[in-house]
Amino acid sequence: MSNYFDSDDLARFGEIGQHGQKLADDFFKYYGAVTGSDGALTKREKALIALAVAHSEKFAYCIDAYTTACLESGSNPEQMMEAVHVAAVMKAGITLVHSVQMHKHLDKLVS
Amino acid sequence: MSAVLKIHPVAPDSADTHDGRDPLAAPPAGLARHDFDALLAARGLNLPPQSISTLQVNITRLCNQVCRHCHVDASPTRTEALSREGVERCIALLAAYPEIRTLDITGGAPELHPDFAWMVQEARALGRQVLVRHNLTVTFDPHPQTGASMAHLPDFFARHGCEVVCSLPYYQAYFTDSQRGRGVFDKSIEGLKRLNALGYGQPDSDRVLNLVYNPAGPYLPAAQATLQTDFKRELQARFGIVFNSLYTITNMPIHRFALHLHKSGQFEAYMDKLLTAFNPQAAEGVMCRNLISVGYDGSLYDCDFNQQIELPAEMAGSARPSIFDFNFAALMQRRIRFGAHCLGCTAGAGSSCGGVTA
Repeated sequence: MSNYFDSDDLARFGEIGQHGQKLADDFFKYYGAVTGSDGALTKREKALIALAVAHSEKFAYCIDAYTTACLESGSNPEQMMEAVHVAAVMKAGITLVHSVQMHKHLDKLVS
Repeated sequence: MSAVLKIHPVAPDSADTHDGRDPLAAPPAGLARHDFDALLAARGLNLPPQSISTLQVNITRLCNQVCRHCHVDASPTRTEALSREGVERCIALLAAYPEIRTLDITGGAPELHPDFAWMVQEARALGRQVLVRHNLTVTFDPHPQTGASMAHLPDFFARHGCEVVCSLPYYQAYFTDSQRGRGVFDKSIEGLKRLNALGYGQPDSDRVLNLVYNPAGPYLPAAQATLQTDFKRELQARFGIVFNSLYTITNMPIHRFALHLHKSGQFEAYMDKLLTAFNPQAAEGVMCRNLISVGYDGSLYDCDFNQQIELPAEMAGSARPSIFDFNFAALMQRRIRFGAHCLGCTAGAGSSCGGVTA
């Protein structure tokens, strides 16, 4: 049975250069510059942000990769779970704030 | 001449993975790309011995704990221990070679060896620095084979000026207990408090207390300086505990940890991770360039990891070098023996019994 997602494929990330090596090289250079070292944010903080985004985007490869990256940059499971809650609460808030639009349209239709 | 002391065994511990066989006694071959000697050659690196400033003696494989990542496969059922004759020979070597400035006593839990106290006292009398690799819980558990209380240990360390190096995988129970057993964290905290009460780790004290972190799974340690800051802040805030330095150590892909990697299908990925993170600067600082490791039978090795996979040191004039034909000059000329597992000491910032190497 074939699978659309295979965890071993994470190691094949570099293959995105097929049919477009220059753009892939530019992307990886940018990726390394953003995530590879401490800047205004520490590598630990960047890994926690990436972990939260991986959850909000529901992307298994990056959840695996950034769970490891968080541990390797010194985060603990409580900090990692709190980052996921930040992603979750953003999703919830973004959903809920759209109810303003619903209320506006309700008012237009009913009042 | 036998250097081996057999300690009376007790009933097997159900949690012990050691069954008398050694499923991974051979060096972990990995794949062709994990050939460490070829990697060094390709990078133009030559790593000859620089000194023998430390004699690291693994005096017993007996331990009160059964840790998931123990590269020694130590447990309460192990019986291997250096004989009294072997211990005396180690002290004689210290007396003969002032270049060997440090005696690093490890195990197992080295304090469970019947001649541990004598060895410490004699080495200190010779003016040597004595490091004891102390698991913190051995103070609270009765001797696994004699039932004797070990509660005297913190006082003993203080009285004899031992530098204490303690395993504490994390400042929370989650990682520590998952790796070292349920309840180990609480006992470790109590052990640290006792050492602190004797002046260990205190800023105005010369009693040195260092901690050792290693990852709870197949990933690399975070930056040592960053983790040390975290440990100092959290241990102080949560428990009022202080210490001197934190050493980060990478899990070695041998024995119990290798078995875990194989069983969970992660061995190849972990070896690739280590290979990808190879750091030539870390390689230059590997600990085997400055120490000799002694096994429970007196045999000599380049490090404790080589000892556990039976990769003996090479010494001209000896088929199987030991403390009984120890030749300092010949050992300084030896070729250090490497294997795929050495990738564990050269990944990232490097790893050694004293922490990072780069």
